[in-house]
Amino acid sequence: MAYDKFQVLTSTAYPLPTENVDTDQIIPARFLKATERVDFDVNFFRDWRYNQDGTPKADFPLNKEIYAGSKILVGGRNFGSGSSREHAAWSVYDFGLRCVISSAFADIFKNNCLNVGVLPVQVSAAFADTLFAAIMADPKTVITVDLPNQKVTLVATGASESFVINTYKKDNMLNGFDDIDYLKNIENEITAFAKTRPF
Amino acid sequence: MANTLFDKVWDSHVVRHVQDGPDVFFIDRHFIHEVTSPVAFLGLENRGNSVVYPARTFATADHNTPTINQHLPVADPLSANQLNALEKNAAKYGISHWGLGDENNGIVHVVGPENGITLPGATIVCGDSHTSTHGAFGAIAFGIGTSEVEMVLSTQCIMQPKPMKMRINVTGALGLGVTAKDVALFIISKQTTSGATGYFIEYAGDVFENMSMEGRMTVCNLSIEMGARGGMIAPDDKTYEYMQGRSQTPTGAAWDKAMEYWKTLYTEETAVFDVEFQYDAADIEPMITYGTNPGMGMGLTKSIPTAESLEGGVETYRKSLGYMSFNEGDSMIGKEIDFVFLGSCTNGRIEDFRGFCSIVKGRQKAANVTAWLVPGSHKVVAQIKEEGLDKIISDAGFVLREPGCSACLAMNDDKVPSGKLSVSTSNRNFEGRQGPGSRTLLASPLVAAASAIQGVVADPRMFLA
Repeated sequence: MAYDKFQVLTSTAYPLPTENVDTDQIIPARFLKATERVDFDVNFFRDWRYNQDGTPKADFPLNKEIYAGSKILVGGRNFGSGSSREHAAWSVYDFGLRCVISSAFADIFKNNCLNVGVLPVQVSAAFADTLFAAIMADPKTVITVDLPNQKVTLVATGASESFVINTYKKDNMLNGFDDIDYLKNIENEITAFAKTRPF
Repeated sequence: MANTLFDKVWDSHVVRHVQDGPDVFFIDRHFIHEVTSPVAFLGLENRGNSVVYPARTFATADHNTPTINQHLPVADPLSANQLNALEKNAAKYGISHWGLGDENNGIVHVVGPENGITLPGATIVCGDSHTSTHGAFGAIAFGIGTSEVEMVLSTQCIMQPKPMKMRINVTGALGLGVTAKDVALFIISKQTTSGATGYFIEYAGDVFENMSMEGRMTVCNLSIEMGARGGMIAPDDKTYEYMQGRSQTPTGAAWDKAMEYWKTLYTEETAVFDVEFQYDAADIEPMITYGTNPGMGMGLTKSIPTAESLEGGVETYRKSLGYMSFNEGDSMIGKEIDFVFLGSCTNGRIEDFRGFCSIVKGRQKAANVTAWLVPGSHKVVAQIKEEGLDKIISDAGFVLREPGCSACLAMNDDKVPSGKLSVSTSNRNFEGRQGPGSRTLLASPLVAAASAIQGVVADPRMFLA
């Protein structure tokens, strides 16, 4: 699945400081029944966004008008734990988000994000707290995520922190490539390797 | 440098290392099911690719399937659509497919080992995080996303950075009523739900050496619940004995040749791990969870910790207890329950049904409890019948259902209603995991059985002494 190139993103952000947000919350299992990848934003955080009668929960950050249109979500520690469902990353993307910032990500979710064009940015716990505090003080706080320079900055104060991403994945995100492009390119090498496998 | 079991298996599957990037990692065995594969096949077709090694992929229907009346058409059109897509895609590309009603059908992580597809030293992936189960055989096995399912179908490789290495040693003798599930929940309660993120675990020590293959599968299955990529246990005679005679296990000269390799699959004495933990079996009692992630577990006789006594955010902790309607300091024993679920890729094997039956035999299910007993596969069902466990189950007022993932993730009709409390042998107690608003207590089959009889959270040791 091709996605847009990621260069420098400047946006306000949704704050979701709850820790250990699992992928069952990001998209509950009962909404995984599609055979196509369409409209996964509809049930993004379904049970946290809506009451059981379908009315929106006004106090949930993703429902607050003040944050509407943000392309960044700042999440609590250990974001995306649990199920490997890529639908969680699809729902993040389909909701209009291109970046999730957290002090820690679960492995599979992080990997899935990178594969669908959502940049997971891991920052220190202290910097995550700085971001949450800034957004609480001013919901219109603007954050810049600069992938070429691997830097996330609070525009108003200039407070910034570097983040880590390997060169391979960085190039993919910058150019909109994915792993299948790479793997298909070395198919002969894989075929030769496969012949050496005992089972 | 001396090698670990993990290094030996990982390094032998690296096609190439990408400079400042991941390894191109070759996959021996690939399991697919109806929920996370349809979009991968769509992607494959959109790019004009095909399945390069169809014999290395195995399809089984499990996540979405009903657990009653499987001989009838699936009522939910969306579920039926996914099941049809799996069948159609498998047929189109020549992939083995065990659909509803097939004698080999069942939960992917149950049918892989029981049909001899899971082998020591193999690399195994599936679009399901509990793929870590297969590590019980000394395989490197882990869950992947749908983009990676497409990668495996179209190239037989994925691109993964090599995880760090963790060893968890548990030594000593397990107490009465303490099962593999309790060992795993104990470890997770110590590690927390994220403690092993970035690591691949090797489980070592006499507790795992003495454990059955079913027990080892339960432990490895739950590795993901502390954030680990996977967990594995070195193969031994017990492993080989389990594998012998299964339909797809290598035979004759192929077995002998494989055995030469399998005998090399152990961690060298001087090998070094990035981190190691040591636990004493005597400290483990039957476990129960009280919160909304599997790390929130404790011994059955303990009381719910106070927020201040724990590391981590007080607000998140209180939110979790609020969802469960529990208070700090509460005891779990004696809390009235509504549902009991025996099954899942964690505890849906024959040993789990034997354990459950050892408690309910000659007793009666409590009237206030709705129980779902869902074997992990048709082969488990057959074994239950062969051993006469079905009679014990029905005499005690329980009903045996048909195989599938069922109430573990409640994609089918097996949903715990909002607010109801369930003692479940599955793997996740996340908010709404067993149905919107449901409240889940994770426990062993023995704790589930004792609770089903008593109608409240109960200690199985009262029936075992």
